[in-house]
Amino acid sequence: MKLRHGFMLVVAALSALTFAAGCGGGAGGKDELVIGVYGSLTGGDATFGESTKMGVELALKQLTDAKGGKIGGLPVRAVVEDDQGKAEEAATVVQKLINQDRDITVIGEVASSRSLAAAPICQAAGVPMISPSSTNPKVTEVGDFISRMCFIDPFQGIVMAKFASGNLGVKKVAILKDVKSDYSVGLAQFFTEGFKAAGGTIVAEQAYTAGDQDFSAQLTAIKAKSPDAIFLPGYYTEVGLIARKARELGLTCPILGGDGWESEQLLEIGGEALNGAYYSNHFAVDNPEPKLQAFLKDFRTQFGKDPDAIAGLAYDAANVLFGCLEKLAADEPATFKALGSAKAGTPEQKEAQKKLAALIAATKDYAGVTGVITLDANRNANKPLVVLEIKGGKKVFNTSINP
Amino acid sequence: MKRSLWRIVGPLVTILALVALNVLLPRVVNPYHFQVLMLIGINVVLAVSLNLVNGFTGQFSIGHAGFMAVGAYASAMFTLKLGQPMVNSLHGVPLPVAQGIALLLALIAGGLLAAAAGWLVGLPSLRLRGDYLAIVTLGFGEIIRVVILNVDAIGGARGLPGIPQYSTFFWVFGAAVAVIMLARNMAHSTHGRALFAIRDDEVAAEALGVDTTSYKVLAFVLGAFFAGVAGGLFAHFLSYLNPSSFTFLKSIEVIAMVVLGGMGSISGSVIAAIVLTLMPEMLRGLKDYRMVIYALMLIILMITRPQGLMGTREVSLSGLFGKRGPAKGAA
Amino acid sequence: MSEFLQQLVNGITWGSVYALIALGYTMVYGILRLINFAHGDVYMLGAFVGLYASRWFHAGQEPSPLKALLVLVTSMVICAFLGLIIERLAYKPVRKSPRLSALITAIGVSLLLENGGVLLFGASPRFFPQIVAQKNIQLGMGVVLSNQQLIVLTVSVVLMLALRWLVLSTKVGKAMQAVSHNHMAASLMGISVDRIITFTFMIGSALAAAAGVLVALQSPKIEPYMGILPGLKAFVAAVLGGIGNIPGAVVGGLVMGIAEVLVTGYLSPTYRDAIAFVLLIVILLVRPAGIFGKAVAEKV
Repeated sequence: MKLRHGFMLVVAALSALTFAAGCGGGAGGKDELVIGVYGSLTGGDATFGESTKMGVELALKQLTDAKGGKIGGLPVRAVVEDDQGKAEEAATVVQKLINQDRDITVIGEVASSRSLAAAPICQAAGVPMISPSSTNPKVTEVGDFISRMCFIDPFQGIVMAKFASGNLGVKKVAILKDVKSDYSVGLAQFFTEGFKAAGGTIVAEQAYTAGDQDFSAQLTAIKAKSPDAIFLPGYYTEVGLIARKARELGLTCPILGGDGWESEQLLEIGGEALNGAYYSNHFAVDNPEPKLQAFLKDFRTQFGKDPDAIAGLAYDAANVLFGCLEKLAADEPATFKALGSAKAGTPEQKEAQKKLAALIAATKDYAGVTGVITLDANRNANKPLVVLEIKGGKKVFNTSINP
Repeated sequence: MKRSLWRIVGPLVTILALVALNVLLPRVVNPYHFQVLMLIGINVVLAVSLNLVNGFTGQFSIGHAGFMAVGAYASAMFTLKLGQPMVNSLHGVPLPVAQGIALLLALIAGGLLAAAAGWLVGLPSLRLRGDYLAIVTLGFGEIIRVVILNVDAIGGARGLPGIPQYSTFFWVFGAAVAVIMLARNMAHSTHGRALFAIRDDEVAAEALGVDTTSYKVLAFVLGAFFAGVAGGLFAHFLSYLNPSSFTFLKSIEVIAMVVLGGMGSISGSVIAAIVLTLMPEMLRGLKDYRMVIYALMLIILMITRPQGLMGTREVSLSGLFGKRGPAKGAA
Repeated sequence: MSEFLQQLVNGITWGSVYALIALGYTMVYGILRLINFAHGDVYMLGAFVGLYASRWFHAGQEPSPLKALLVLVTSMVICAFLGLIIERLAYKPVRKSPRLSALITAIGVSLLLENGGVLLFGASPRFFPQIVAQKNIQLGMGVVLSNQQLIVLTVSVVLMLALRWLVLSTKVGKAMQAVSHNHMAASLMGISVDRIITFTFMIGSALAAAAGVLVALQSPKIEPYMGILPGLKAFVAAVLGGIGNIPGAVVGGLVMGIAEVLVTGYLSPTYRDAIAFVLLIVILLVRPAGIFGKAVAEKV
């Protein structure tokens, strides 16, 4: 008699056993502080992950140079994992970081969609998560263990609307957004609200998808409406191409954008077409602020290129975290010891992680490279936004707008 | 003699085992491994359901992620609008039971809507064959994704957060067992023979009096239903949905499972779903080289075993104990 | 009116790029009945080879038409040999296998090229040097055509005509036709089927590489994943025109380009990616073999 029914049970049981056997493999290590970093190191958004990784790596290197890589006597180590730019992969990766690598805290993600998939896991496991640059308001609404180092979409959108109507005095704006990106869609929505409130009109709303190579159709339609300015809340990867095409089609009006523009490649790809464009950002490279200049210099030495805003935010996230760990080590040595203990998952460690999350949430007037960071009641960073103007192929500080 | 007994005991044992594992596993298994285990379960449902279309019937569908998306969004919306309020209003019923009922209803809703979509896509298969059908299913999957991207009521590009986590081990592996049983029983029924006949030679099947059109649509509808169920389980497991989870690369992943396992082999699909879900996790240590190695392994496997790991054979206990199982399905 | 004409010009330029990629798809499909999913990634490689070639020739610093041509040809030749390697190592061993296995192999090759590209070139988008200085040509009625668009159009047309000549009037081309009709019969006629298949792959890859360089010329941002979507849409274009049919691929590509641009400009731009498929489904239901495809009687 064949027991065909049994085969799936055998398979299920076998796989379960395999996992059970693998479980607990990470236990029995030494006392250390493991920080998990997850991001898209491959896939269409791979630059986000790369920048995040570089920002954290630089912060860690500086910690090694200054203090031998130790906080409160415990060595700090980062584990970086790739989520391939997929939401479900982000969830898996965060589970791995927490349970396999015994990370006490997590830094990531850039894209809000991935942060939203990972945040409930961190919240449920009681692991503090700092998103360096997810701007969707919903991310930190997941719970008190989740915080971020950047401003949120509504703030940026409304401020740029004010800048457009107030500082530039434009009346008719056309919007060109990336429909695949939640960031871009959100920013476009809040800009529209802000701009209409300021008495302006949106004459055209066009869209594209990240990865597109051709934007002529959208821009031709926009040109027919002859707007005073174009709001382009996308990522730098497409902005340069769009600007080029716009100028080619004879659209000469200013182009406005958000922090997604920030990258050294923006000007390389966009070239002269971007002259007369404005975008909001977390820092201005020509800001003489010593801390920022030191960061720029160190980053260039380390990686041989200019950092983008994502790298700056990740760097700040890592340093805010280091600061909180230092504070915990100084104020409550016993709690701190439990936090880095080789015995993972003890109630003492859980308690310590809760304290760490509270410390992160209480961040106030931290002078980071992306501005002075104060987390509000919803653990969103409250900090001024910088508007940069592109003039003669250079990014020039135009104005700074406070929340 | 033993057969009738097994018919009653078998399902009972399976359910009891699932309930026991459902209670036990989350307590003893590392949550990371548990997460991967759940993804394996969902992928098993996806792979076996696609096998009904691609492996059994020989129809060439590369839009499975589209059906999954329909099921995921429909069941998520069902739970958010109806299921969750129901669970909150049910007093006196143990919470896992109430959540289980809500999930079951949501899965059925999602599955039915996906099945309706499957019926729609199955219709062109009356006229189109092979690669043309493939490209239509692919196009259909993409259209669904673009539509979801544009409907703000279900989150659009920003995704749909806050779906309650009702998917437990019991439901995920219960669905896996259900789809495996259905496929297995079908393979041994008249209907299954008809599907295999269509796969092996459509013209000959028609000449033998098989109603090829309705069988093809049936395969699509069933496959889509379970893809929708898998989508529902996925939604209630991840608690967040985003259209970018359902690109055609997701369909490709599932096809790779079916082909790797062997077209028409249920156990092959199961094993391939496990292998292809575990492989990227195990290759994590290789960092940047991970996806390159994964791609290379896929190519090498296809070159060395083009019929897949199992061909059309099945694993059975007697097969494991020395005797070769008969070549089922190759009827 | 001027807006409509401008959109038409946009659509034709973009469509000619689809057409170039679709040609490679259609040729390989015609001969092997294989959907070569990696074709879009060869297009990506073409752009990257072009990038390195223009650095080698310093075509970015001192642009000249000769250098631009040199970059184009280098990229086409290198990618032709890449096509040869891919065919020999990955596709030839699975030629006798079930068609789905061959398809999975193609997907494997596609993943390999994309992720290998990330390792080799890095994931960040790269700037493609301006090997032709951009100038605008006024066509009247407010319609603008850039010289880069003009180059894309001219090169596409020249390549398509060359291909047509190759297939219809040369010995190799006739052998290709024979192989596409029947491998067995062709080999009985003394045609080396293996060689013809390899040659087809090389030609198809060279055309994809040309498309890669031409697109990079117009929109100078290239990255390892840039081939996925254009590849997919070019395949749709090939099916639209009647897969395996060379004029069909050209018409399919142009129809796709124009339809996309018009939908974006006049309907909702968010449905751009969907409309290609809607169009495809409609055409396939009305004319299952595509616009130019011949309805082939089923072999019993």
